Amino acid sequence: MNNSPFIRKPATVRGVMLQVLAALLPGIAAYVWFFGAAILVQIALASAAALAAEAVMLRLRGRPVGMFVSDGSAVVTAWLIALTFPPIAPWWLVVAGTLLAIVVAKHLYGGLGQNPFNPAMAAFCAMIVAYPQLMTQWPAAGFTDFGAELQAIFGADRRLDAIVMATPLDSLRTVLRLPDTRATVAGILGSGATFGNIGGKGWEWVALGYFVGGAWLLWRRIITWHVPVAFLATLALVAGAFSLGGPDKFPGPTFHLFTGGAMLGAFFIATDPVSGATTPRGKLIFAAGIALLTWIIRSFGGYPDGVAFATLLMNICVPIIDMKTQPSVFGHKRQSGGDAP
Amino acid sequence: MSLSTLFRFKGGIKPEAHKDASAGIPIAPAPLPSRLVIPLRQNARATARPLVEAGQRVLKGQIIGAAEGTLATAVHAPTSGLVRAVEMAPVPHPSGLEALCVIIEPDGDERWIDLQPFDHRNASPQRIRDYLRDCGIVGLGGANFPSHIKLTPGEAGIRTLILNGGECEPWITCDDRLMRERAERILGGALIMREITGASHILVGIEDNKPEAVQAMSAAASRLGAEGVTVHAVPALYPAGGEKQLIRVLTGVEIPYGKLGTHFGVQCFNVGTAYAIHRAITCGEPLLSRILTLTGNMARPGNFEVLIGTPIRELLPLADPRPDTDHFLMGGPMMGFALPSLSAPVVKATNCIIAASPALFPPPPPEMPCIRCGACAQVCPAELQPFELYWHARAKNLGKAQEYHVFDCIECGCCAYVCPSRIRLVDYFRYAKGEIWAREREKSAADAARERFEFRNLRTEREKQEKAERLAAKTAAGREAVARAAAAAPATASAPTAATVATASAPQPRAADATKALIQAALDRAKAQKAAVTPRNTDNLTAEQKAEIAEIEARRAKIREMARPHTPPDE
Ligand code: SF4
Ligand code: SF4
Repeated sequence: MNNSPFIRKPATVRGVMLQVLAALLPGIAAYVWFFGAAILVQIALASAAALAAEAVMLRLRGRPVGMFVSDGSAVVTAWLIALTFPPIAPWWLVVAGTLLAIVVAKHLYGGLGQNPFNPAMAAFCAMIVAYPQLMTQWPAAGFTDFGAELQAIFGADRRLDAIVMATPLDSLRTVLRLPDTRATVAGILGSGATFGNIGGKGWEWVALGYFVGGAWLLWRRIITWHVPVAFLATLALVAGAFSLGGPDKFPGPTFHLFTGGAMLGAFFIATDPVSGATTPRGKLIFAAGIALLTWIIRSFGGYPDGVAFATLLMNICVPIIDMKTQPSVFGHKRQSGGDAP
Repeated sequence: MSLSTLFRFKGGIKPEAHKDASAGIPIAPAPLPSRLVIPLRQNARATARPLVEAGQRVLKGQIIGAAEGTLATAVHAPTSGLVRAVEMAPVPHPSGLEALCVIIEPDGDERWIDLQPFDHRNASPQRIRDYLRDCGIVGLGGANFPSHIKLTPGEAGIRTLILNGGECEPWITCDDRLMRERAERILGGALIMREITGASHILVGIEDNKPEAVQAMSAAASRLGAEGVTVHAVPALYPAGGEKQLIRVLTGVEIPYGKLGTHFGVQCFNVGTAYAIHRAITCGEPLLSRILTLTGNMARPGNFEVLIGTPIRELLPLADPRPDTDHFLMGGPMMGFALPSLSAPVVKATNCIIAASPALFPPPPPEMPCIRCGACAQVCPAELQPFELYWHARAKNLGKAQEYHVFDCIECGCCAYVCPSRIRLVDYFRYAKGEIWAREREKSAADAARERFEFRNLRTEREKQEKAERLAAKTAAGREAVARAAAAAPATASAPTAATVATASAPQPRAADATKALIQAALDRAKAQKAAVTPRNTDNLTAEQKAEIAEIEARRAKIREMARPHTPPDE
C-alpha cells in the first residue's frame, strides 16, 4: 500500500536536464554564428560517447540501463565538455574527455547524484594537463569554414595555422607577462582582432547567450539566484578592485565576465547541484570561492582560464561548506515576527 | 476583513486544488446507517473505558466510554439504539489496526438524553474543561487533539485565539461549507473560547481560494458585532492550513517542535471544533457527528453531516464511486492515508474520503538517486534540508537524522511532491522517527532490565554476606565452646585447634563490616537511582489515588478480558 503524498508534481530528472540543455541553446547559437558549425560536431561526438559510456557502465554496475540513460544527465555533461573544449580539437580528445568524465568522474564514484567532482570540469582539467597544446588551440572569431574545421577535427594532417589564434585571455596573459613588457591592458585590448567591445571578440556574444539561457533557468526555478549572483559579483568585484589599483596590469570586470568560461561557469557549471554546495549560504560561499580562484588563476596561474580548476578545488570544500552553513529550522531561530498581537 | 499585515512561512507548494468538485454542494445529512461502530480508542495513548455492555439500550448523546487518562475524552452514543457488542473491530488507521469498539444498532427513534445548556460564565475554568472533555470535543482538523487540553493556558496565558479555516489540502471542502453555512455558530464557539481563556483577539485565517467562506465569516463577525474578531484571507499555499504555518502567517510567531501554542500565548482551533464547542455549550450537545467531504473519483461528490461511527462502506453510495475506483483515501492526498478496510467507521478525524483510481492517483514511479537539486529544501515549510535527512535516514544514521531535526518534520509531503527523482522522502522520515522511538523504548526497557539485574546481583551478594556472617557467628560460637573446653581441660590436644580457630576468625568481623558498609552504600545508591527514574506520578500518592489506580487496573483487566475472544488468534 502506498503512503502519502499520493500526488506529485510531474517533475522528473529528465525534465530538469532537458531544461538545462535547452538553456544552453542561445549560447550555442552564438557559438555557431561566430566560430562555425564545428561545435555541433563536437557536441554530437561528446553526446554519443557519453551515452555509450553511460550504458556500458550501468550494465556493468547492474543498474536499470533504460531508466538511467534516458535521464539526460550524461548528455548535459557531454555538452558542457564540448562547450569547454576547443571546437577544433581532434575528435578523440573530446571523446576521451567524455569517457573520462562518465566512467571515472561519475560512475566510479557511484553514478548519478554521487560524484563529488563536476565530471565535465574533471575532464577538462585532466585533458589540459595531458594535452596542453591541443587544449589551447582555438579558432579565431569569424572563422566559420566548416570544411577546414572538419579537417582539423578528423584529419590526420591537421593544418591549423590559418585557423588558430590565441584566445583573448591567453594573449592578454602572454603579452602582459613578457619580461620588461611595456604593454598595458588598454593597449592590448585596443589592438587586433582578438578583442571585441567588452570581452573577447565573438566570445562576448556567446557569453551573452549563456546569460540569457541562465536567466531562463532562474525563471524556471531550476537554479536559484545564489550561485550566479555570487559568482558574477565576486568576479566583478575582485577584477574591478584590481583594475582600479593597476589599470595597466589588470583588465576590468566586464572583460572578465564576458571572456572565457565565466558565464558558463556562473550559470551552468557552479550550479551543478550534485557536486556543488546545497544550502543557500553555502551556495554563496561556493560560487564566490570559484570566482575568486578563477580570477587568481587567470591573473597569476599557468593556465589560460581558471574556471575548471577553481570548480574542482571548491568541489573539495563542499562537504564542509554544507555542514557549516546548515540553515536554522522553523521555530529554532530567533523569532523573526512580532509577538502575538 | 482586516488590513493588518500577514507574515509568510517559507516553502510550500501549490498543488491542483480540485475543490470545485464538491465546494458548491451544500452540507446534507447522511441517512442513519444500519449499525454504528464507535471506537473507544482515541489515540495511541488513550482508550476510553466502556460503560455499556452488549444488550443494553442507549440514548442519543449518552456517554458510552469514559475519558481515562490525560489525552482522553468521553465517547458517546451517536444515536439511540441497542448495544450489540463491545468488541475489537477495524478502525481507520494506515496499518489496518483493530481496536475496541462499541457496536450500536440504531432504533431510528433518535431519542436524546436530557440536553442542558452549560452555563460556562458561572463555572470554574477546570469545570468547563471537564465539561468539554465529557462532551468528547477534540480537534476536528484531523489531529484529534483534545480541546480541553488546548484551552488550558500555559504560564504565558492565551492572548490570541486563531480559528483555522485554512483547509489547504486538495479536494477537501468540509470546512469551507461549514464556514459558508454556519459562520455565526463557528464564531459563537470562538467567542465562548475567548471567554474561557481570557484571550483578547480572535483571528480567523481562511485561504483566499475560498472567497465565499471569507465573505460569510466576515459578515457573521460584523453581525455579531464582537470586538477584536478579524477575518483574514491568507494566500492559498499548501500547507497554510497547518497549525504552525497558520499561526506563523497570522501572528509571525514560530512554534518549534515540542512546544505548544500556549507557550507563546497563541492557540489555534479548527473551525469545526469551534462549531462543536458552540453546540456543546449552548445546547448541551456532545460531539456526535461531523461534516466530511466525499469526493475524488465519485459521480456525485458532496459534503455530508455524518454520525461518528458510520461505517465508511455505508457512506460511499451517497456519492457513488465510479467503477474504476480501486481504493479510498481518508484525509487529503498530501497527508491522508489509504484505507485498508471499508468497514472502518467515520471517526472524529475523518474530514474527507477520496475515491482513488489509477488515473487520478497513479502509482509512484520508480525512485531515482537524489541529485541534490534542493527542490525539496525550497518547499519545506519546516525549513529542513530533506535530502540530507533522506541521506541519513537511508544510511540508518539515526543520530544524524535527529541532528538534522527529523522530528521537526511535519510530514506535510511537500518535499516528496516536488522531488524530480520521485523519492518517497516522507516514508524515510516516518521510518527514521519510528526507529528512533523504538530504540528509545528499547533503551528504557533495557535500562530497567539492567537495573533489575544489578539489583539481583546485589541481593545475591547480600545473601552471600549474610550466610558468611551466620557462618562467622557459628564459628565464633564454636571457638568459644572450644575455648571453654580448653579451659576445662588444659594441655590437651585441642589447644592447637583453638589457636587455629582464633587466628582464622579474628580478622573476619572487621572485613565483614567493611563489605557490609559497601553493600549498604550500593543498595542505597540503587534505591536512590530507582527513585529518580520512577515516574513521578506514582510517587507520594494519596490513598484515594492509589485506590483509583487499583480500580483502573481492575477495569483494564476486565477490558482485556472482554476483548480477548475477539482478538485475532495471532495476537
Ligand atoms: S528534491 Fe529529490 S532529488 Fe532534489 S535534492 Fe531533494 S531529494 Fe534530492
Ligand atoms: S514532509 Fe517534512 S521534510 Fe518534507 S517538506 Fe514536509 S516538513 Fe519538510
